[in-house]
Amino acid sequence: MDAIDSSLVDWSRAQFALTAMYHWIFVPLTLGLGVVMAIMETLYVRTGREFWKQTARFWMKLFGINFAMGVATGIILEFEFGTNWSNYSWFVGDIFGAPLAIEGIVAFFMESTFIAIMYFGWNKVSKGAHLATTWLTIIGATLSAWWILVANAWMQYPVGMEFNPDTVRNEMVDFAAVALSPVAVVKFCHTVTSSWVLGAMFVVGVSCWYLLRDRHTDFARASIRVACWFGLVAALLTAHTGHQSGRDIALHQPMKLAAAEGLYEGGTSQGLVLGGLLTPGVNWAEPTTEERFLFHLDMPYALSFLATHEWNGYVPGIRNILEGGYPLPEGGVALSAEEKMQRGRTAIAALATYRTTRDAAEKQAALETLRANFDCFGYGYLQSPADLVPNVPLTFYSFRIMVILGGYFLALFAGLLLFGRYIMRWKWALLGIALTTPLAWLASQAGWGVAEVGRQPWAIQGLLPNVAAISRLDVGSVQTTFFIFLGLFTLLLVAEVSIMARAIATGPETDKTAA
Amino acid sequence: MNDISFLQHYWWFLVSLLGALLVFLMFVQGGQSLIWTLGRTEEHRRMLLLATGRKWELTFTTLVTFGGAFFASFPLFYSTSFGGAYWVWILILLCFVLQAVSYEFQLKRSNLLGMNTYRVFLFLNGVLGPLLIGTAVGTFFTGAEFVVDKLAVTNPAMPVISRWANPLHGLEAALVPQNLLLGLSVFLLTRLLACLYFLGCMADTGLRETCRRRLWMEGAFFLLFFLTWLGYWLTSTGMGYMADGLVYPVQHKYLNNLVAMPGVTSVLLLGVVLVLAGLVLGLSGWRKAFWLAGPGSVLVVLALLLCAGWNHTAYYPSVVDEQSSLTIANSSSSLFTLKTMTVVSFLIPFVLAYIAWAWRALDKKPITADEV
Repeated sequence: MDAIDSSLVDWSRAQFALTAMYHWIFVPLTLGLGVVMAIMETLYVRTGREFWKQTARFWMKLFGINFAMGVATGIILEFEFGTNWSNYSWFVGDIFGAPLAIEGIVAFFMESTFIAIMYFGWNKVSKGAHLATTWLTIIGATLSAWWILVANAWMQYPVGMEFNPDTVRNEMVDFAAVALSPVAVVKFCHTVTSSWVLGAMFVVGVSCWYLLRDRHTDFARASIRVACWFGLVAALLTAHTGHQSGRDIALHQPMKLAAAEGLYEGGTSQGLVLGGLLTPGVNWAEPTTEERFLFHLDMPYALSFLATHEWNGYVPGIRNILEGGYPLPEGGVALSAEEKMQRGRTAIAALATYRTTRDAAEKQAALETLRANFDCFGYGYLQSPADLVPNVPLTFYSFRIMVILGGYFLALFAGLLLFGRYIMRWKWALLGIALTTPLAWLASQAGWGVAEVGRQPWAIQGLLPNVAAISRLDVGSVQTTFFIFLGLFTLLLVAEVSIMARAIATGPETDKTAA
Repeated sequence: MNDISFLQHYWWFLVSLLGALLVFLMFVQGGQSLIWTLGRTEEHRRMLLLATGRKWELTFTTLVTFGGAFFASFPLFYSTSFGGAYWVWILILLCFVLQAVSYEFQLKRSNLLGMNTYRVFLFLNGVLGPLLIGTAVGTFFTGAEFVVDKLAVTNPAMPVISRWANPLHGLEAALVPQNLLLGLSVFLLTRLLACLYFLGCMADTGLRETCRRRLWMEGAFFLLFFLTWLGYWLTSTGMGYMADGLVYPVQHKYLNNLVAMPGVTSVLLLGVVLVLAGLVLGLSGWRKAFWLAGPGSVLVVLALLLCAGWNHTAYYPSVVDEQSSLTIANSSSSLFTLKTMTVVSFLIPFVLAYIAWAWRALDKKPITADEV
């Protein structure tokens, strides 16, 4: 194998995407449902009412069924950085490994230690100690999310490191810049609050099903009340952090924003596409006389405002980013993709010279060339400017699905809090809410679709494309493991859904206690 | 804190300690592999799985943290071994995926596959987990077939720095008898520890007696395999490296390491004595023998792993290109990252303290049939 097989990159990406998508079915429910059940146990400890204990225990039972699958899929993800992205692991392992290790030491142990007490310790520790372990379990899970999202945010916005030509890797020079990068903070807040929305929606959906069947009605009404308040706050925070996230993307990943908006030709005073249909089959990397939208509905000036906080601000489109020449927010003029690729190749050649020459002067000159061009290092691995354009339709539609559904959840929680007494009497409304519960997962997956599909071809933004990040494996091995994971995870997902459906059908034991 | 060599040794110690704790905590796997051997009735099987079911997450988390710590401190190993020995690591991961769901799902209604399927999953994890991990760790001493060429980064057509030289991608490790011996030793050690753990935490005298009797066989086979491996290990040739990084073969390298590091030798001997004492006292029915053999196994594994990486030893020798061998000096993270991670490592005693509290809270009372 003298050159990388492009299908190896595709299958490695597919395997990672598959694992991540399965993992993200379970994690947001852990983060969201965990807080709901902890609130309910807090109500039990504060009021002493057995009703709240049984309510908490019911949601805890569903939490446990879901938690196991999150753990099972999570371990694969961590190790896939080594198994399928080995060059990545060396090139940035000095920075990227630290959050993963800290996650294990600080967060994962907390979560896994206290969850055992949470499940097995009802009659072994005091009420207060048990409540503490429940909160520590969910705090551990949330801290775990923090460190994983720090690592992910760093891939989207690499900071706090320098390239060391002697070790041929990037090395961390500022831990605080990595751990507290503004992109990481926003990503964490957006991801966790959106997970809270999902958890709240799950509780509301299951409770509506009980009301529809006229079973466990006191439990269902109490659960809806708690989940709607929690969900409403979470949905508002998600909207706010989503706006901040959009601003981060505009600053650091303009191609992702252009793809999410289907913006080929940018400019000033750009409108935000509220909805629309893209013309199928259009090549987004090339100029064309064909219309790129079959139809679209815009909110005038809104994209410029979102991206620059100015109504007439300049937002580059895909063509502008490929051709360069537009003003950059930080000052200066953007280079074209060809220029960046040329500078990247110069940087790579300078590194080769630096590593091989014995002439001190030549070594020094190579080092200076490398440093002068290092900001474009990753572009040197690309074959053509078209490689820089992600899958536009997938990014565009994912973004709209996420935003529209986010609005639906916000309206639903607010509506239930304001008009719950009426809505809970309407069978069709209860059925509608129960049936739309899975949309929370769709919104969550769509959000990650925007984040991860939109940043292609980069494993690390501007620094390392996927093609240079992979492991040197034969395609057949990766295809085999892809289908093993697909089969296994699907089988286990069906088992989990079946167990959860049975547990929901059985219901809580609150009917034996006074509401 | 500003001496990178000190920090490399410190992090090799921490990684070794995590590895040693992982082997100890794999008593959970040992217990799973004995479900049908020790559990003659459904009630007993449930009691056994309840005992290990309260602890499996600790083992799992230790494995994840071991991986994370290795990644953070020695990223070149993570990159080379995981990306190269692909199949052995994938098989290990699959084993643990099966375990993660099986405890929760096995007794649930509508679990799709039936209780016994999940128990077979637990059994498979119990057998293959320790066996594969032990076999993979064996390559720390026997070596693996890989080449590392950092200059490859400058070749845009093929920029991958690590190349595995065997098409079996890690499975070939199972064809080396010494690796298999270590794998079997780890497997039998986990079963021995499981018997001792059950002996301590079960209220049922019949079940305790079954566990005690089982110790004879597990102990005898463990000693047979481990002592055979130890004999090989003490006489084997390892890889050393010079101050300038040049790697070269050294006869009786690990024996030399024990002579050169009397502290590590003492840890090894103390560990062996504790394991033997735990085994003997367990056979006599002493219910706290687990707390001798368990820490003893931690000390033994710790000493072996320290011998693999300390005293200028290549901890991951390449059998196809000596100079590609990984040492704690050529594969570690930068000084800054090691220092940062060292500060984080000061939290470990705190973590151990709350684990101890949780362990005690759950194990205060022996497990009874009523509890299941």
